[in-house]
Amino acid sequence: MTPLLEIRDLHAEIAGGRKIINGMNLTINPGEVHAIMGPNGAGKSTLSYVLSGKPGYEVTGGEVIFRGVNLLELSPDERAAQGLFLCFQYPLEIPGVSNMAFLHTAANSQRKQRGEPELTSPELVRKVRELGKKLGIDTDMLKRPVNVGFSGGEKKRNETLQMMLLEPYLSILDEADSGLDIDALKVVSNGVNLMRSPERSMLVITHYQRLLDYIVPDVVHVFAAGRIVHTGGKELALELEATGYAQYQNEAA
Amino acid sequence: MAAVQETVEQVRSIDVDQYKYGFETQIESEKAPKGLSEEVIRFISAKKEEPEWMLEWRLDAYRRWLNMSEPTWARVDFPQIDFQDLYYYAAPKKFKAPKSLDEVDPEILKTYEKLGIPLREQEILAGVEVPEGERPKIAVDAVFDSVSVATTFKEELKAAGVIFMPISEALREHPDLVKKYLGSVVPTTDNFYATLNSAVFSDGSFVYIPPGVRCPMELSTYFRINEKNTGQFERTLIIADAGSYVSYLEGCTAPQRDENQLHAAVVELVVLDDAEIKYSTVQNWYPGDAEGKGGIYNFVTKRGDCRGKNSKISWTQVETGSAITWKYPSCVLRGEGSSGEFYSIAISNGRQQVDSGTKMIHLGKNTTSRIISKGISAGRSNNTYRGLVSAHKKALGARNFTNCDSLLIGDQCGAHTVPYIEAKNPKAQFEHEATTSKISEDMLFYCMQRGLSQEDAVALVVNGFVRDVLQQLPMEFAVEAQKLISISLEGSVG
Repeated sequence: MTPLLEIRDLHAEIAGGRKIINGMNLTINPGEVHAIMGPNGAGKSTLSYVLSGKPGYEVTGGEVIFRGVNLLELSPDERAAQGLFLCFQYPLEIPGVSNMAFLHTAANSQRKQRGEPELTSPELVRKVRELGKKLGIDTDMLKRPVNVGFSGGEKKRNETLQMMLLEPYLSILDEADSGLDIDALKVVSNGVNLMRSPERSMLVITHYQRLLDYIVPDVVHVFAAGRIVHTGGKELALELEATGYAQYQNEAA
Repeated sequence: MAAVQETVEQVRSIDVDQYKYGFETQIESEKAPKGLSEEVIRFISAKKEEPEWMLEWRLDAYRRWLNMSEPTWARVDFPQIDFQDLYYYAAPKKFKAPKSLDEVDPEILKTYEKLGIPLREQEILAGVEVPEGERPKIAVDAVFDSVSVATTFKEELKAAGVIFMPISEALREHPDLVKKYLGSVVPTTDNFYATLNSAVFSDGSFVYIPPGVRCPMELSTYFRINEKNTGQFERTLIIADAGSYVSYLEGCTAPQRDENQLHAAVVELVVLDDAEIKYSTVQNWYPGDAEGKGGIYNFVTKRGDCRGKNSKISWTQVETGSAITWKYPSCVLRGEGSSGEFYSIAISNGRQQVDSGTKMIHLGKNTTSRIISKGISAGRSNNTYRGLVSAHKKALGARNFTNCDSLLIGDQCGAHTVPYIEAKNPKAQFEHEATTSKISEDMLFYCMQRGLSQEDAVALVVNGFVRDVLQQLPMEFAVEAQKLISISLEGSVG
């Protein structure tokens, strides 16, 4: 099987600053859900930014192949069009731009880049409403400006809605459970689980095992000091919940 | 949502640094001798076949102007203008006021066609398959250099009792009306540029809406400077008599030239009891190149007088052009219960300098005003909001709300806010809100992660920022304005 994502000996730092990713290797096959767990400050969020191409991070070594192309050569919007989606830990607010308009622009920008026919307004509205229903997102929330005045739970549901509409091959969920109460957590994980399919993969970044009760991973990695130090099955998450990260931090250092 | 999409497409389809209206029309023109003198003013007045009192009015303004000096308080910087090195009158040669559109020089019509102005009524009327009422009708007065070349829908307006014609024609056909109101809002002594305009103004639009009449269509004037070294000094006078309503649109473009061109217009609005004027501008004069060479100096005096009870004036402006903008559309709220509004989007890029804002002068009881200003600075431009809100001793119960937001793109531009607030009675209530923000990298990254290119992301964020004001524009203009916004911000990031 051709891997969906292959990270080989990746090194990265904050531009002009500290080295954060330090010789990381990871292979994700189509259809797999991988969890990355690790202590605060291990570089988990940086990993998601480096993969999605956020300015301000510099790759100093290694390579990342995504669906057969060198991901690091693409701009953030090209990576998105290739099918890489980052579910933000802290989604940004865009005042004055309605949620529906944003979804429309995003979906069609990607389609255009891929040379696919664009969605008409009625097509999009229908699709968004259908998905919205599954996530408890009402019409009012679609009219409001993107994330402005949304509660933590609404923001995360909105991220999930974007993901379901854009149908990415790889979704990176960065602390998807932060700021969520248990009901919202169920709604969001349910949305993510609906996305699972033999060609779609997920990379779930989290501190806590809790989220993994709802989004059950195929593989769990321990991430410390900028690289993966241990890999196991889903039971590893439970083990970590009991023992903590200390032993791996020592290992990494 | 379609509008955002349209903006996005517009950005994509146009090359950076391209002023789309920068063409020049080859027509022979007749000019007054270069420079300014009593002779030149007599020449202009004679060309216009004006009554004697008008000539005297002009000469009086000219004599005052000679003793005035240019204002220097604005935050703009430009070399001294040599007022003797300009032409003050240019008209397409063989110009005889056309009786119908068929008599208008086809070259000029072509120019307006290029600008996308539906001058030919036929074009509008040809849309037979469009159900009545769906296609908005707009009557257009087109001003080419110094003269008005065509006014459309004359007959239909006449039937409603609306007078819409070049001011030079109004001086001949309705001298009493013009005499009564001209200079009654912006007096000849008002300021350096307004006084200059009073002396040399060549044409512009005149509108009179009779009592109780709701003008059956939008009225519009399109200004175009074509000639080299020519100043454009148009004068617009709009009177809304008791209980009437009119919506008026103004658009402007100019060819792309290396030298600076002067534009010093005066607009006067008079609103009587219970009447309303909505005045919208999309200003897209040539802004100069990226290094600041060329471009229009736009020194404009616009003022409305809410003379009657419960009268209303609403100014909406989208300013994207001109090398220098010096412009403060204002409202004198004289009538009891009258209200003034000012909605503005001012965008500066490259080396543009904008000093713009409004004055809300509350004189009458229970007068209200509202100011929403959105300034966007990019490139190496400077963008200043300058505003005055004042309440006279007798303006009991005056209320104002001001919201003034600035958005910075990049780190070499400037945004400045200079509000003056004066309340001379304790019963006035003024509110002022202001914010300055920068388009953040994080916000752009968020949009790009969803698939938008960097330019689309900027356009989207900016469109969101100006939404409150765009909503105030008549629909046709809003689309044009949105396109202009994205065009003027091209290449502003990265």
